[in-house]
Amino acid sequence: MDALKAVINWLCQPEPLITISCIVFFAVFIKLHIFAKWQSLVAMMSSIILFTLASAGDENFREILTKPDNVPIIIIFLLLPFFFWLWAYQACDNDVRTKEGRPLREIDVEPKVVYVWPHLVYPELICIVVMTLALIVWSVAIDAPMEEPANPAKTPNPSKAPWYFLGLQEMLVYFDPWLAGVVFPSLIVGGLMAIPYIDKNPKGNGYYTFKERPFAIIVFCFGFFILWILLVFLGTFLRGPNWNFFGPYEYWDSHKVVPLVNVNLSEYFWIKGLGQALPENIFVREAPGFLMTGFYLCVLPFIMAKTVFKKFYMELGFIRFNVFIILFLSMMSMPIKMVLRWTLNLKYIVAIPEYFFNI
Amino acid sequence: MWKSFVDYVTGSQIWTSVFRHGTPTTPRNQALAVLSNVFLHLHPARARKGGIKLEYTWCMGGVSFFLFLELAITGILLMFYYRPTAEYAFVDMIALREHVPLGVMRELHRWGAHLMVIAVWLHMFRVFLTGSYKPPREFNWGVGVILLTLTLMLSFTGYLLPWDQLAIWAVTVGTNMARATPFLGHEGPGAAFLTLEGVNLVHAGDDVRFGLLAGRFVGEATLLRFYVLHCIAFPFIIVILIAIHFWRVRKDGGISGPVAL
Ligand code: HEM
Repeated sequence: MDALKAVINWLCQPEPLITISCIVFFAVFIKLHIFAKWQSLVAMMSSIILFTLASAGDENFREILTKPDNVPIIIIFLLLPFFFWLWAYQACDNDVRTKEGRPLREIDVEPKVVYVWPHLVYPELICIVVMTLALIVWSVAIDAPMEEPANPAKTPNPSKAPWYFLGLQEMLVYFDPWLAGVVFPSLIVGGLMAIPYIDKNPKGNGYYTFKERPFAIIVFCFGFFILWILLVFLGTFLRGPNWNFFGPYEYWDSHKVVPLVNVNLSEYFWIKGLGQALPENIFVREAPGFLMTGFYLCVLPFIMAKTVFKKFYMELGFIRFNVFIILFLSMMSMPIKMVLRWTLNLKYIVAIPEYFFNI
Repeated sequence: MWKSFVDYVTGSQIWTSVFRHGTPTTPRNQALAVLSNVFLHLHPARARKGGIKLEYTWCMGGVSFFLFLELAITGILLMFYYRPTAEYAFVDMIALREHVPLGVMRELHRWGAHLMVIAVWLHMFRVFLTGSYKPPREFNWGVGVILLTLTLMLSFTGYLLPWDQLAIWAVTVGTNMARATPFLGHEGPGAAFLTLEGVNLVHAGDDVRFGLLAGRFVGEATLLRFYVLHCIAFPFIIVILIAIHFWRVRKDGGISGPVAL
């Protein structure tokens, strides 16, 4: 038992957890027709529930799971897989229908048009009643959290933002606040609003499908599942005092010591690479980082427009393509920075703490 | 017996003055039931079957709206008891559970708020997956993204109001980021360049974080500010945007359905 717990604790560390999640993520899309079977739904939901129930015996696991404010995340963990499956099921059905030349499931209904009373009004009423009951039961069963009165002199450890922002707080591990807290949130909001103007694919408008717009769906789901939901989960359940990692069965020890061994790119380049001291001039010192960032944001788009994204470039035109590629590269900078941190202990690519400008 | 009673009630002057049509069993009355009711007439009288199916919309837009109304109602009730001052806020919170009849109002409000965040995420996810942001619904998607942001902001400002350790530190952590806003935060890149005759223009006493918190740290002024944002400003904006959102759903041709190419 303890050995099993140790294995799970190990697997839940950010490196294996995020890597495995990515593998599962792509495997699901590659074998979507298998995932879309109802047996997969049953297997998936029952393993989530069984895992939670089996783990509930562990004291540390129970403690974090039963925090009242963590209930929503458990709800997400039940709802999101279900709805994702529901999408996969309908998308695969539609893709088969299209292939066989049959009408889409959204049209293949009789009668085509119905009266809203009762066909929509009744389900809505039922929905309202069910939701109200569920809320009342939940509210009677679980008290809203109430800790000690506010005390500005006593900082709790860990201090966490509300759960829906913990993905951003987790990003702080890899990026400085000006990026993780300001630039990325703005890019997320702006990027979401830009989606309808970037995605010029006329197909898949008003029905479920995967085959007709695989790229759009995979990119969006990657952002939503891996870079948002998974990080919220990590930040809530697996980050303890000092934002250190703790496995699901591990005690939150505030004295856990984690060695800080991260190195800046400039140190890699000048000290380890060239064997000399860091140059005095900031711009010379950070030149390697500036070059890399400049290459990533200014040169790479051109290369991609000529190679992997050639088709997109043709379809989107100059402006749309540039908006798309900047958003896309910003999003991908997150996993890239993660991998660099895990493999090279890279701290900052550009490090100018003098002006709070660290990338 | 029963039938004559029902006939008596539905034939009375009171009843007919409220409901101006017969029981919704005929197409005409079914249409009138929706069109002559100010709440139901958010809907059209008739709709495409494929669009209103539960498996298509997941009902998540509707659930978001329901939760918003639930939060407005429970929120108003909470406002009867809650005073946004450092002296009373925490005590009032305790009193809400201990002394107020039906002491689950706070729970209903808090859990409803959590659920609303989830419902809005799922709604956005479904709208993306059905490609419903594509023409002619680009604008409504944009309105939706602002609604999502406002929902999170509402949740966040509300998080401070219990005025316990959980509240002030979550808000402290959340707003600390604003310090690092480029040019506008005193620990943001570029702020150091904004000087006038050697004096820093952007410092801890006037940057965006100061504006958010009405102070250098989360204090009583922050509580009042977040209270007003939470109870007045954000609900006001979100109601207007929800109205636009629903209006546009109708104007863009109702709930989306397969567009023939
Ligand atoms: C407070 C939050 C929101 C409320 C109350 C709300 C409510 C609704 C409702 C009731 C519908 C009708 C169809 C349905 O139920 O699915 C709808 C449709 C729609 N919503 Fe929202 N919504 C919200 C947030 C959002 C967000 C975050 C987005 C996207 C970013 C969005 C984009 C849309 C679009 C594009 C439609 C049209 C969908 C179609 O025709 O299939 N909404 N919304």
